[in-house]
Amino acid sequence: MNRLAAGAPGAAAAAANRLDQALAARLGRGQAALLIYITAGFPDLDVTRRLIPELFAAGADVIELGLPFSDPLADGPTIQRASHLALQRGVRVADVLDVARDARRRGVDGALVLMSYANPLLARGLLQEPRRLAEAGFDGLIVPDVPSLESASWEAACASAGLHWIPFLTPTSPEEQVRRVGAVEGGFIYCVSVTGVTGARSRLPETVADLLGRVRAHSRRPVAVGFGVSGPEAARELARHADGVIVGSALLDRMEAAAGAGLDPVAAAAEFTAAVRKAMDDR
Amino acid sequence: MPETLVPALLELEQAYEEAQADPAFARELDGWLRELCGRPTPLYRADRLAEACGNPRVRLYLKREDLNHTGAHKINNALGQVLLARRMGKGRVVAETGAGQHGVATATAAAALGLECVVYMGAEDVRRQSLNVFRMELLGARVHSVDAGSRTLKDAINEALRDWVTNVADTSYVIGSVVGPHPYPRMVRDFQSVIGRETRAQVLEKEGRLPDVLVACVGGGSNAMGLFHPFVDDPQVAMVGVEAGGTGLDTGHHAASLAAGSPGVLHGSLTYLLQDDDGQVRVAHSVSAGLDYPGVGPEHAWLKETGRARYETVTDAEALEAFQLLARCEGIIPALESAHALAYLRRLLPELEPGSIVVVCLSGRGDKDVAEVRRLLQEQEVPAS
Repeated sequence: MNRLAAGAPGAAAAAANRLDQALAARLGRGQAALLIYITAGFPDLDVTRRLIPELFAAGADVIELGLPFSDPLADGPTIQRASHLALQRGVRVADVLDVARDARRRGVDGALVLMSYANPLLARGLLQEPRRLAEAGFDGLIVPDVPSLESASWEAACASAGLHWIPFLTPTSPEEQVRRVGAVEGGFIYCVSVTGVTGARSRLPETVADLLGRVRAHSRRPVAVGFGVSGPEAARELARHADGVIVGSALLDRMEAAAGAGLDPVAAAAEFTAAVRKAMDDR
Repeated sequence: MPETLVPALLELEQAYEEAQADPAFARELDGWLRELCGRPTPLYRADRLAEACGNPRVRLYLKREDLNHTGAHKINNALGQVLLARRMGKGRVVAETGAGQHGVATATAAAALGLECVVYMGAEDVRRQSLNVFRMELLGARVHSVDAGSRTLKDAINEALRDWVTNVADTSYVIGSVVGPHPYPRMVRDFQSVIGRETRAQVLEKEGRLPDVLVACVGGGSNAMGLFHPFVDDPQVAMVGVEAGGTGLDTGHHAASLAAGSPGVLHGSLTYLLQDDDGQVRVAHSVSAGLDYPGVGPEHAWLKETGRARYETVTDAEALEAFQLLARCEGIIPALESAHALAYLRRLLPELEPGSIVVVCLSGRGDKDVAEVRRLLQEQEVPAS
């Protein structure tokens, strides 16, 4: 690990990649970016493979592909259930990398970000060698249980592999951390809208605007807001304040309901994505 | 750990350091340990058990943590952490529990100190330990049954952490073992070290020298760490942790993270875990709900790697036998967790020189396990008859 590179603000940035291009393209049109989270292997890997091009076509700018984990402690009931089901169906770390590889082979050039808890990445040596993630076709990495206090060496490794490490800021983040994160370039900042876990909520707290203001004051990086975005209305509201809106659980809820009703979860997910996109553009 | 909790962990670390440096905090905790828990607990000479374990000439002692108020060592730590939560101005504590002992201890401390208490317990454990659920409710706690994942202790920890992330402003998380993110493993070790400090003074008074071997069961490892820690710098004192071997290490149904696990990250610690080659955490199995955790305190991992302590396993069947043996030999019904430490004595004692001094941590009493043991013994009898 290059400790200097990791410790110095602004030094650990990866070169611009598909993620920066996707965000810049959307922001350049005066619109907010839509980042869609899906759990890989929910309800099965075939659905995940089909989802990726469909979601991009429906208006997603970035897809966060979630690697299912046995102990998703930052996630609410929806993603817990999705992860549990994917693991029960035998989804492996290698399968998730294959999903990305497969999408790239088929010519998908949208931004793909891997979201995974630390332990599966450590077990497979992927946090140690993020180059393998970049080679599979990922442009960024989100690790919800590695806080910035402990991320410097991984961040640097990702940067030299051409992968953006996506940092979190939360309503509890102190000022100096906001500054540090804001000083790095590229990718985006993941703003957690609530103190809490993932999952759709009917109302988002007013503190979101405060947090965004604090982050904006110190950063030129795009700022995306996630946790608790329930649907088009919430996305429309957030798109007024943020550079990007992250939707996950609400989409998985739609897919679960569709599958339960014997409908195609891919179509349901694409329809929901298009509705969110439209609401954001109508702001 | 999630980013949201980092400021809370830093705040906790600072508050704990300030409390440690404040003699008034230590005095207050000592007062509660004496008046509410009934400390110090006796160091009991178990001659008949030594004989039954094959070496009557070993001087065998039981550190009677089972005599604590609420029936186990868990109260030592719960009182310390709830007192700290109150000092930090938090009005609410959350805790996880497996067997229910830590939940009962936290509910007790919260009731005595006037804090609101919420306990998360895996649905499977709620079923196995329904009486403890009622005890917690009597003590004014709210008990949430956790249906996620494997519905046991690790999932209860996940859920307690989720609650803490959500309510971090007014809530403290009271963790039950030497696990979790810093500063928990150190803080819980310190609060439990009262076991080892008392043992040290008591054995010096009775024997005029330090013991030769310390033995304790290890799930997360808090009673073991509490007993071991004050002796870590005395190389002549051997330390043995006994993990739950379940139905045998070769069957895969066990909770022996140190004996059969590999390094990984869970609940904010880098330690030995039961996991598959993809880093997915496995479900632990043990006849005793309190040992049913797929990780282990990171300081135990360190004691193992440095060779300062060694770790053994005993099976469910051996523990059940030791459970009955202690009842008959000494008139003490041990917790199934503690019975694992006792079961190991049958292997240890015959190897020791006459006059050797052994201290076993009898971490809890067995009242909570009586119904489950009866069920298990009846199951055993059916094929035999």
